[in-house]
Amino acid sequence: MSSTKQGKRVEVCAPMAGVFYRSPAPDQPPYVEVGTQVKKKQVLGLLETMKVFQKIKSPTSGKVVEIVAENEQPLKDHDLMFVIEAG
Amino acid sequence: MFSKILVANRGEIALRVIRACKEMGINSVAVYSEADADSIHLKLADEKVCIGEPVSAKSYLNIEKIIKAAGNAGADAIHPGYGYLAEKEEFALACKDNNIVFIGPTPKNLSLAGDKIAGKKIMEKAGVPTIPSSPAGVETLDDAKQVAGKIGYPVMIKSAGGGGGRGIRVCHDEEVLDEEFPVARMEAGAAFGNNEVYIEKYIVGPRHIEFQVLADKHGNVVHLGERECTIQRRYQKLVEEAPSPRLDDTLRKKMGQAAVDAAKAIDYFNAGTVEFLLDKEGNFYFIEINARIQVEHPVTELTTGIDLVKEQIRLSAGGKLDYTYDDLNIRGWAIECRINAEDPERNFMPSPGTVKDYHPPGGFGIRLDTHLYEGYELPIYYDSLIAKLIAFDLTRQGAINIMKRALAEYKIEPLKTTIPLYMQVMDDPDFREGNFDTGYIERFLPDEDEEDDDDDFL
Repeated sequence: MSSTKQGKRVEVCAPMAGVFYRSPAPDQPPYVEVGTQVKKKQVLGLLETMKVFQKIKSPTSGKVVEIVAENEQPLKDHDLMFVIEAG
Repeated sequence: MFSKILVANRGEIALRVIRACKEMGINSVAVYSEADADSIHLKLADEKVCIGEPVSAKSYLNIEKIIKAAGNAGADAIHPGYGYLAEKEEFALACKDNNIVFIGPTPKNLSLAGDKIAGKKIMEKAGVPTIPSSPAGVETLDDAKQVAGKIGYPVMIKSAGGGGGRGIRVCHDEEVLDEEFPVARMEAGAAFGNNEVYIEKYIVGPRHIEFQVLADKHGNVVHLGERECTIQRRYQKLVEEAPSPRLDDTLRKKMGQAAVDAAKAIDYFNAGTVEFLLDKEGNFYFIEINARIQVEHPVTELTTGIDLVKEQIRLSAGGKLDYTYDDLNIRGWAIECRINAEDPERNFMPSPGTVKDYHPPGGFGIRLDTHLYEGYELPIYYDSLIAKLIAFDLTRQGAINIMKRALAEYKIEPLKTTIPLYMQVMDDPDFREGNFDTGYIERFLPDEDEEDDDDDFL
């Protein structure tokens, strides 16, 4: 994959319907906050679909500028979850 | 007999129990979460009660709400189905405290069935073969060698604190044991905070064979023959059949007796399943008792003609078992495919969505247990089992041919399902000859997704 242009807003959408979790367990801190610098493939959150958990990973390195999805709420396929500013 | 039964479950098993109630002239109460408001079991039951939010912990696992719903509806018994509260001692006790009959084993049965170590000791005492192992933790390499020598290679080193297949090392000879033992102890300590390990015989290429048992309150225990459940992926059963192509009458008799002995040893009540591993030489080993009606129960029903859910209800109402295995008119062959909304091409990822085009199979020799219908939206909250397709014929080859035909007819668009995988299995020469072990299904699976093992940030 070629590197994403600096400063570009990259949207991370739900790959399928599921329940979104911001942290690995209820008593643990969220994977990321707004402002967190992330690497490409860094885990941003979890999506639980029919008892199966998958990691939602950042498609680019950069900064988390928006967390759109709410913790423990159901998402539809393609719902916007995060916005990352590439960099 | 009961006048009203609350069914504390969802999906196909809720339908299964409600149908049995109808046939017995018993009123049924369905419970449902907010995510299941359009579920078909609500239409077939006589009454329905919403028990809470979609997440199972707040609805189908909520003991207080379910007991309250039963009380308000005036139900005199609860059928728990499988999964959820079916094997929770706490739930069986709560039923008892509220003068509601729990249709299933006794609370004591449930607590023993959940305790593998205590269970193994009881079975050894009762003369039921168990997997040879070190009696307790093994601390030194010398002790490990001695135990392994006594048990016979290959052996497994298992972490006492581990589970679910984690922290297991297989040693085919003493040289490997030399190398692996210290590493296994260190690893166990790092992973589970407890470096205790024990040694157990490693069964090469086993089959998973289980026996259906029924027990009444008058001391009678019968078995209803075996189910072959060897075809599994990550301990999840995929294809089950009855009888097993591997068993002959002599072995069946021996294992059936062991199953009855196992049930008697824990003073078992109601329907249960005694699970065994069977090795290539025909040695079998007790693993555990599943204290519930099982997903794969229909294959036993088709070959014995006994309705297991109705028997559960009848026995809970004090009914007597007045037959033995030899009295049963066992005939034919039944095969079940568990159809999951999962994509076998993509590492069995779930495939949620709405069923837009639905055509169920039918015809000679077909039974279909499912809660699907056209327009049904699969909730994202629950597991992916969407249908059980069961084929029956007088011979195994006949049943395979019927299954193949029915799988090809079954349309559940646009969901990804395990149907294409089962079509390959039905065509596979080894399957058709009954030649498989618990590792069988791997040949049909693409290499596991490497991406998912990338745990750097988790």
